[in-house]
Amino acid sequence: MDALILSRIQFAATTMFHFLFVPLTLGLSFIMAYMETKYVKTGDEMYLKMTKFWGKLFLINFAVGVVTGITLEFQFGTNWSQYSAYVGDIFGSLLAIEATATFFLESTFIGIWIFGWKKLSKKAHAAVMWLVFAGSNLSAVWILIANAWMQSPVGFTMRDGRAELVDFGAVITQKFAIVKFIHTASAAYTLAAFFVMGISAYHLLKKKNVEFFTRSFRIGLGFAIIFSLTVFILGDMNGVVVGEKQPTKLAAMESLWETQRKAPVYLFAWPDPENERNAVEIGRIPGLLSFLIFHDINAEVRGLNDFPRDERPPVLLTSFAFKGMVGIGVLLILLPIIGWVKRKKLLENPLYLKIMMYAIPLPYLAIQLGWIVTEFGRQPWIVYGLMRTSEAVSPVPPHQVLISLGGFILVYSILGLAGFSLIAKYAKQGPDSDGEDAADDAAAGDGDVQPAVS
Amino acid sequence: MELQTTWFFLWGLIWALFFVTGGYDLGIGSLYPFLGKTELDKRMMINAKGPLWDGNQVWLLTAGGVTFAAFPQVYATMFSSLYAALMLILFALIIRGVSFEFRHQLDDPRWVKVWDTCIFIGSIAPAILFGVAFANIFKGIPFDGQGIYQGTLFTLLNPYGLLGGVLFLLLFMQHGTLWLAIRTTGDLQERAVGTAKTLWPVLLAVAVIFLIASWFATDLYENYLAHPAYFLVIVLAVVGLIGTRLFMSKQAWFKAWFASALTIIGCTFFGVVGLFPALFPSSINPRFDLTAFNASSSPLTLKIMLTVVIIFVPIVLAYQIWAYNLFKTKVTEEDMVY
Repeated sequence: MDALILSRIQFAATTMFHFLFVPLTLGLSFIMAYMETKYVKTGDEMYLKMTKFWGKLFLINFAVGVVTGITLEFQFGTNWSQYSAYVGDIFGSLLAIEATATFFLESTFIGIWIFGWKKLSKKAHAAVMWLVFAGSNLSAVWILIANAWMQSPVGFTMRDGRAELVDFGAVITQKFAIVKFIHTASAAYTLAAFFVMGISAYHLLKKKNVEFFTRSFRIGLGFAIIFSLTVFILGDMNGVVVGEKQPTKLAAMESLWETQRKAPVYLFAWPDPENERNAVEIGRIPGLLSFLIFHDINAEVRGLNDFPRDERPPVLLTSFAFKGMVGIGVLLILLPIIGWVKRKKLLENPLYLKIMMYAIPLPYLAIQLGWIVTEFGRQPWIVYGLMRTSEAVSPVPPHQVLISLGGFILVYSILGLAGFSLIAKYAKQGPDSDGEDAADDAAAGDGDVQPAVS
Repeated sequence: MELQTTWFFLWGLIWALFFVTGGYDLGIGSLYPFLGKTELDKRMMINAKGPLWDGNQVWLLTAGGVTFAAFPQVYATMFSSLYAALMLILFALIIRGVSFEFRHQLDDPRWVKVWDTCIFIGSIAPAILFGVAFANIFKGIPFDGQGIYQGTLFTLLNPYGLLGGVLFLLLFMQHGTLWLAIRTTGDLQERAVGTAKTLWPVLLAVAVIFLIASWFATDLYENYLAHPAYFLVIVLAVVGLIGTRLFMSKQAWFKAWFASALTIIGCTFFGVVGLFPALFPSSINPRFDLTAFNASSSPLTLKIMLTVVIIFVPIVLAYQIWAYNLFKTKVTEEDMVY
């Protein structure tokens, strides 16, 4: 194996692992800031207890997310030095702005939030959580602007063998970046909402802390209803910009081989890249793809056969990941709607609660599939149409990459196992695990015996 | 020209700020098994830096980020050349970072021991490796005209590189003991103060040896001889070091910590000023040196980044100072989160 393939595996593994933790940080900080604000406004201790319980899970997740993020910033230099030298003028500045303007905000204020309960007023403490939310989400904005530039390079000129910035405004305001951010952030909020609903469902099934988890569930439900829809709408808009900027990715997503008017969507297709056609096609809906991308059923959509073989992404992976993501996305819209209908009698619907409990991994899976579509669908380019991934790799000896890859697999497996086991442990334990909270509870006259509020 | 020069020194300043803020975290972690005799001591040490370490570490990411943004060719060549060393630093920082959060989650002594070990290794390894890496940069790295590194990890472990590692470790340890003097009480504080006093003459000796060794191992002094005013940087480091000891005697821990911060900034700039305009010199041929002038970003990017830094770094400093001010008090048992 050469340094290229090893570096690709290493980058994919470390990024996907990092992104197992990031969405919950982005979304749960939002939900916690909302809960803590409710506490400040209403004075209801239950909201404080909720902030602390979900906060405990948040912090374990946050720790793994932060440390695995460090790797990514340095990996462009260690493993993709040719890329770094080629695009640093633009891409590097976006990462630097992320660290300076936003990551500091998140990291400094999370420390203040953890240790500041007694040092700050209630209001200030809640405001700190909003700053953590703002810091993490604005970080995502910059990272996604940087990623969008790899998908759709704009605002640059080629000079001295590298891409140089000429229009900063064009880079940070391009539609690709904006759509990508809202799509990704909405997906993250949806994931966090399902996380909260799923864990709440577990406790509601056991009829433990009913009031606490009914309220938590409903907050999650509110977030899920809004953001599972915005994920979808922005996903559709994302498709449109992909169609415009990355025709090969779009064709691979839909396994479309021939350029045609009235281009169809297949409910299922098994692409056969060898013979440049689909081996199996089921559920052909003519014109739908043309309509979705160009809002005109007669519009022409370019197929993969229009492009040389060495400019096509891996079709099988891209199309299956895309279909999987969309399928799960539909489920993620339907489940909260059912929940909305049953919101007043959750306890009487154990089947629904059970489904919601087992639904926790679904948004995780959808998000990972989404990144597979985005990143594999861009291949063979590292910067679409400009630089090939194979030209981007560092001149490092393969054995070094092999050793570091082995190290990452080992260390990340342990971190992942430890992180998720701890989250599961404390999630199952519920809010009364530590003495202080239990005492607060008694004082607040918390009623596990009360029926769900209407 | 001015833009590139400005960025060269900003680059040095941001690394220096990481060594000041991240430095005492790494120093405390390096002394963790030695000063943390009891479980309460250990928790006090972790909690002493608990609210601040995460924000401190972002200075490293910013240093990496501005290297990428302002000097992409340096970022590319430096981090691919120092692949093995940098990966070791990353692994160390990863296991250290999760340890603070994981350690207190389970009562099992074996679990606690695993993360105690991670805190120690995850702190001492980067403390030494940053020193090794920077001393080697002062000396020049064996990379060719294509930016391809012609050595191994062991090439970096030469006597001057190792001396740099020891110097950084001592600087960070001293800086860490002073932070413990500020925030801890009782036996732990006494031990921290005792260690600071023991470390000081050793640090002084190593610093002097390093300054002398730099004469023989590096070309840093060429700039100093050409512009004798630059010697003020070395004077600054020396004043910081002496100030640290004087304030220690007066038990003025804050002032001692600031003096120690000054020493760290002085030591970093000793190299930065000597290197100018090279950021990453080649030991194979000076023609391959990556400098502020041949490895920088376009003027537009440098201008935009300068604007970003001028706006945001003061804001960051302001809220970090606020955070430090909030958490400069003695750690009490009831404040302990970890």
